Amino acid sequence: MKHTGNKLPFNPNRRSLLGAGLGVAGGLALPGYVAQAFAADGPPIGTWPAGVQGKEVFIGVAVPRTGTYAEQGEDELKGWQLAVDHINGGHDLIRKISPKTKKGVQGKELKLVVADSAAKPNDAVQAEQRFITENKVILMTGSTSSAVAVAMNKLAQREKVLYTAGISGSNDTTGKDCVRYGFRQNFYGETAANAIGPVLLKAYGKNKKMAFMTPDYTYGHTVTKSTSEYLAQHGGWTMVTNQVSPLGATDYSSYLTNIANSGAEVLLNVNWGRDAVLSTQQAKQFGVIPKMKLAIPYQIPFLAKNIGAELAEGVFAATDFWWTLEDKYPLAKMFVDEFRKKYGYYPEWGAENAYMSFAMWADAVEHAGTFYPPEVIKSYEAGRKLQSMVGEVYIRKEDHQLVRPVVIVRGKAPKQMRNKEDFWEVTEVVAGGPLMQKPDAFGCKLGDYT
Amino acid sequence: MLSWANFGSQLFNGLALGALLALIASGLTIIYGTLGVLNLAHGAMFMLGGYAGYASYQATGSFVVGLAAGTLAVGVLGVVLERVIIRHFYHRPHEDQLLVTFGLAIVFVEAVRWFFSSDTKTVQAPQLLSGITNLGFMSYPTYRLAVVGICAVALLALFFVLYRTRLGMIVRAGIEDAEMVDSLGINVDRVFMTVFGIGAMAAGFAGFVNSPIVSLAPDVGEQILVQTFVVVVIGGVGSFPGAVLGGLIAGEIISLTSMVNPGYAYVMLFAAMALVLMLRPHGLLGAKGRE
Repeated sequence: MKHTGNKLPFNPNRRSLLGAGLGVAGGLALPGYVAQAFAADGPPIGTWPAGVQGKEVFIGVAVPRTGTYAEQGEDELKGWQLAVDHINGGHDLIRKISPKTKKGVQGKELKLVVADSAAKPNDAVQAEQRFITENKVILMTGSTSSAVAVAMNKLAQREKVLYTAGISGSNDTTGKDCVRYGFRQNFYGETAANAIGPVLLKAYGKNKKMAFMTPDYTYGHTVTKSTSEYLAQHGGWTMVTNQVSPLGATDYSSYLTNIANSGAEVLLNVNWGRDAVLSTQQAKQFGVIPKMKLAIPYQIPFLAKNIGAELAEGVFAATDFWWTLEDKYPLAKMFVDEFRKKYGYYPEWGAENAYMSFAMWADAVEHAGTFYPPEVIKSYEAGRKLQSMVGEVYIRKEDHQLVRPVVIVRGKAPKQMRNKEDFWEVTEVVAGGPLMQKPDAFGCKLGDYT
Repeated sequence: MLSWANFGSQLFNGLALGALLALIASGLTIIYGTLGVLNLAHGAMFMLGGYAGYASYQATGSFVVGLAAGTLAVGVLGVVLERVIIRHFYHRPHEDQLLVTFGLAIVFVEAVRWFFSSDTKTVQAPQLLSGITNLGFMSYPTYRLAVVGICAVALLALFFVLYRTRLGMIVRAGIEDAEMVDSLGINVDRVFMTVFGIGAMAAGFAGFVNSPIVSLAPDVGEQILVQTFVVVVIGGVGSFPGAVLGGLIAGEIISLTSMVNPGYAYVMLFAAMALVLMLRPHGLLGAKGRE
């Protein structure tokens, strides 16, 4: 008995919609203009050129605002909103990442249209389909679940509207389910495993027994596979149990009872969002922690805040970004300052991923000189080096995955925390290139441009 | 994994899970048995009990006050709902009853989301009951142990009301034959209101008791509602002992299947329900003729 009545569409005000509508109508009424656009770029495709003929262009966001991943979704949404503000205003930070940006993208103001996906693929696809029809969105984003990202990839390719993933940790998003119209900024199962693997082997030694807690969908399965394989091959670790639970489970007692009786020495918790919070808290209640060492292969925003610093202390995690990187990277410092100024807390990696993904899109469009999707894709695929919050990065053209470092953090002891959000210490920033599989190793076939 | 130690642990785990399910299901089953209304808002009431208790617990620092407040608040809400809305649906088709209670559930969930946000709220177990107890064959969270006891006491109280009071006699008679009770000159109206209140209280009570175990979120009720329905179907609609038995069976099925493969826990639960429906369509302790 799932509720379906909890979508919270965030519509732009009526006037702006009307304005956009008028712009579209005006554009269509001027065949000369349209013909010129065709001549330069190509025949209409997806929402182009209808979506770019007004003063504004729309971006469709389907992000979880309710359910298991709601807290992480809200953080992401703030990242996108900040990016839109910065792009529209031609902020310094955005221009450090996308040097050709002035104000807006190709002179157009960006507008977000937002829907609650509740981390469900169906809800996300329906919402975006509506945005395509009603708002002629020129870019889609969202996902705090790889199940959504994979579904969105397929929608993007079918509708020929670009999609840049929100948080998505599955190998499949830029692996077997990759598409020409989809791009991913953040780290994922394979790079997480290859980054945190050596750290865990160094910290805990060889030939350990490991237990996994895995959410039952593409993200969980691929992260667990990559991580367990690394530890088995390089350190002789053996997996004594893998407790697979459905997304949104609340009671982990049965799973933890199995783990308690498994003889494992290290517990790798791949659960995410609220599932990670509940399963970790309950692991402590069942005495599994501290009996076993806890490790988090794929960091969860706000995890430490929710479980408390005592429980996070000493825990290793792989992540995309942590705010103390501001000490090392000037762009990180700018981002953290701007974000805090607007929202009053230190951004988590969901916000960083969101901001960066829009900056990369703005850069791709400005370099293409057009919104025409095939040209924008080619611009992404050109492999330009971009500055980011974690140094230089670039898009790998074969699978549309950003080549970027993975950050290893370790939970601080409560008394070492500089402020109440200083939960993690960055122990390493691991260069991204060597962490990645060969472009075709996970079966990526990008598909057509048109 | 398939060791005796694990089997013992999971058996016990099933008992803890089952006790809670039994308590929630008993509220649902007496409402349905007496009023004939399948209350799809039962899960939402479970959730409301958690939040009402949480708010009072935060304000007073007392777990007991939280428990009392959560229970009473939902009980009062139940009575008000019955008077204002539900009673107008007794003589309307079942679909209407389902729709109105389902609608109420959505309203409650969204209202809580409005006031408390979608974020998870952690509810601390009382100091006395936090920590771990060593049972010899396993370590078990002390609070979960206590929940088994708390649920047992609450079920006993319900048993007392249903089997040792005049009200209980009328309720049980009403479940068997409401028309006859009515024609004997008993004020069925007031009984219905009280039953709805008691059923709601059971949900609210369970909601707050459960909150330190799994934390609070606006959607906690949705998942528990499905399991509760299964329990009621297995145990027999309208049967209080059936709800208790069904709860324990469901708890054990989930727990013991999880020992082999957690992925099949719910498959087995629904398979068991299907089996019961085939062999005893009225549930294990249900009787023919009850609605």
